[in-house]
Amino acid sequence: MNEDRKQESGDRSQDATTADAVSDQFLTGDAKGEQGTRAADEKRYGLSQWQLMWRKFKRSRAAIIGGAAVIFFYVMMIFANFIAPYDINRRWVELLYAQPMTLHVDTSIGLYVYAFDRKVDLDTLLTTYKPDPNRKIPIRFFVHGDEYKLFGLIPMDLHLFGPEDPKVAVYLFGSDRQGRDQLSRIVIGSQMSLTIGLIGVFLSLIIGSILGVASGYYGGSVDNVMQRMIEVIRSFPAIPLWMALSASLPQHWPPERVYFSITIILSLIGWTWLARQLRGKVLSLREEEFILAAQLAGADDRRIIFRHLIPSVLGHIIVIASLAMPGMILAESALSFLNLGLRPPLVSWGVLLQEAQNLETIRHFPWLLLPAVFISGSVLAFNFFGDGLRDASDPYTR
Amino acid sequence: MLAFIVRRLLAMIPTLFLVSILTFIIIQLPPGDFMSSLAALVGSSGSSMDQATVDNMRHQYGLDRPLHIQYLSWIAGFVRGDFGYSLDWKSPVADLIGGRLALTVLLSLLSLTIMWAIAIPIGIYSATHQYSLGDNFLSFFSFLGLSVPEFLLALIYMAVGIFAFGVSVTGLFSSEMENAPWSPAKALDLARHLLIPAFILGTAGIAQLMRIMRGSMLEVLGQQFITTARAKGLTERTVTNKYAARVSINPLISVMGMQLPALISGATVLGIVLSMPTIGPLFYRALTSQDMYLAGTILLFLALLLMVGNLLADIALALADPRIRLE
Repeated sequence: MNEDRKQESGDRSQDATTADAVSDQFLTGDAKGEQGTRAADEKRYGLSQWQLMWRKFKRSRAAIIGGAAVIFFYVMMIFANFIAPYDINRRWVELLYAQPMTLHVDTSIGLYVYAFDRKVDLDTLLTTYKPDPNRKIPIRFFVHGDEYKLFGLIPMDLHLFGPEDPKVAVYLFGSDRQGRDQLSRIVIGSQMSLTIGLIGVFLSLIIGSILGVASGYYGGSVDNVMQRMIEVIRSFPAIPLWMALSASLPQHWPPERVYFSITIILSLIGWTWLARQLRGKVLSLREEEFILAAQLAGADDRRIIFRHLIPSVLGHIIVIASLAMPGMILAESALSFLNLGLRPPLVSWGVLLQEAQNLETIRHFPWLLLPAVFISGSVLAFNFFGDGLRDASDPYTR
Repeated sequence: MLAFIVRRLLAMIPTLFLVSILTFIIIQLPPGDFMSSLAALVGSSGSSMDQATVDNMRHQYGLDRPLHIQYLSWIAGFVRGDFGYSLDWKSPVADLIGGRLALTVLLSLLSLTIMWAIAIPIGIYSATHQYSLGDNFLSFFSFLGLSVPEFLLALIYMAVGIFAFGVSVTGLFSSEMENAPWSPAKALDLARHLLIPAFILGTAGIAQLMRIMRGSMLEVLGQQFITTARAKGLTERTVTNKYAARVSINPLISVMGMQLPALISGATVLGIVLSMPTIGPLFYRALTSQDMYLAGTILLFLALLLMVGNLLADIALALADPRIRLE
């Protein structure tokens, strides 16, 4: 296996298209007899580790769909302000808790929705909305609406879709307690929900890979201290510990500070898992000849760790990172749902679900549960993606 | 075996010591103490507490002593079984926690049982029908089970209970049973209230276990002793259910230790959402009212619960698989 690796890393520059052609021939098995198979096998040995991983990853349909969904969620997050038809704070006081509007298509006006008529039931004092068939609101693409800053930098007012007049309400996902568009809030809320996972995993990765690799490489007392530390942190069940830590954040802190603190709190526990996994991996790699060769060549520990060990376990690190994402997203939403995580005015999927804590609210306004679909959807996507990556990360087993 | 248990118990002591220090740090994390938040609360309701009263109470509860003394007196009480007095509930912490902890353990154990009872047959089915429609469907379902947060399932369960069946599913006892003395009827009532929450709590676990069971079954089914069993003329049912399944269960026992934290975490959240008389709502209220000593004590108990659970899981693994050496 060691020989393989050296050979492959030497061939990394090989043209990817020929690799794909070879892989297809190899996979479909229509190689021309014994000769062809052997030729394909030889080509296969020439592929780099990453090419082998990609080939194995491609084979799993669930992983490909999961990967595509992950990309979809992150594209939505990056262009959230553009995709969302309104600003998160734009509200219509006369349209509180309005149900989602149904999209209609018509050849003359294209996409449109019906404006709502407000009716108050005098017995129950419940407000209901009925679509008014005489008032059609056409929906246009690339309309000018609320101003925002794309990527937080470029001032823009162009939106992917929306009514021609931004002062008219179009609620494709209904509206909330304050008459704000649920769709816009969900789309923009993805920025918090998805980045908290991303940054949290990133921080865990940094702490976990440094400590895990060091622990596995040095062994001895460094390893002992590290293992004891991990053991202590992992003696706590995660959510109660997260709850206790985030409950101790001062109430008066500004939202951005709360956001970063929650991220740090999540990664304070997240790194332990990663460090354990990497330690095991490094423990076995430490005995391999290429490390010994590096040591004999006079490389110091830092060089060995950063130039040899970390690149060797990089595939493993990526797998662990993608498998850690769902946990972070779920944890953020649970904490926020319990009012212990992010709080308004920040908008995340968990914060949006706070609106749905009350049973009566769920009964009358079930669309307030829609953010949960996005939570589960993104977690599902990451689970499929991570699972495919894990299988692919060891391309030598078939 | 006994030596192994004793050694593990001894090894738990230093860990527990460090865990308690970490817990105490968390107790001290929020700015101010219970007295200052009490004073703020009283202040916001119009009346006010003068500084002397606050200082007096602070002295009475020992909140003015140096940190290490506070820690020592807290942990010393812990060792003696005196968990202090909740300033918020005006009642000894031991009374508050005891029954709730027992119900939490009961919920978790029931959930664990359900997880195993469901995951093992499904795992066997999936492995013997690999890549069939049923297998693919179940495997998708298991991913789905991993992706829906417990609090959401609990919320949906509550909503369905109320609006479709007109039954309130919160709590663990019916209202008429709440204060009744223990009787078979009350136990039955508890079981009825506990069953579905235990299932919800186990959803993610079932998903994990059935995947592990499937993988381990597939591996075992390819081994030689299975071929031997078949060659002896045993029926396929005996081969799978008695020979293969028995060995395939071992990995399930070894992941039990890893599932316990998730189980306790889930039970906490579920307890809060379904307002059950478990440890969760108590912990939540302690956190929101900044009664950090109560919160810290609960956290320490949860950690202890987890450590004991892990030890039990290790013992179970050693009993189930004699090949494991207790070095």
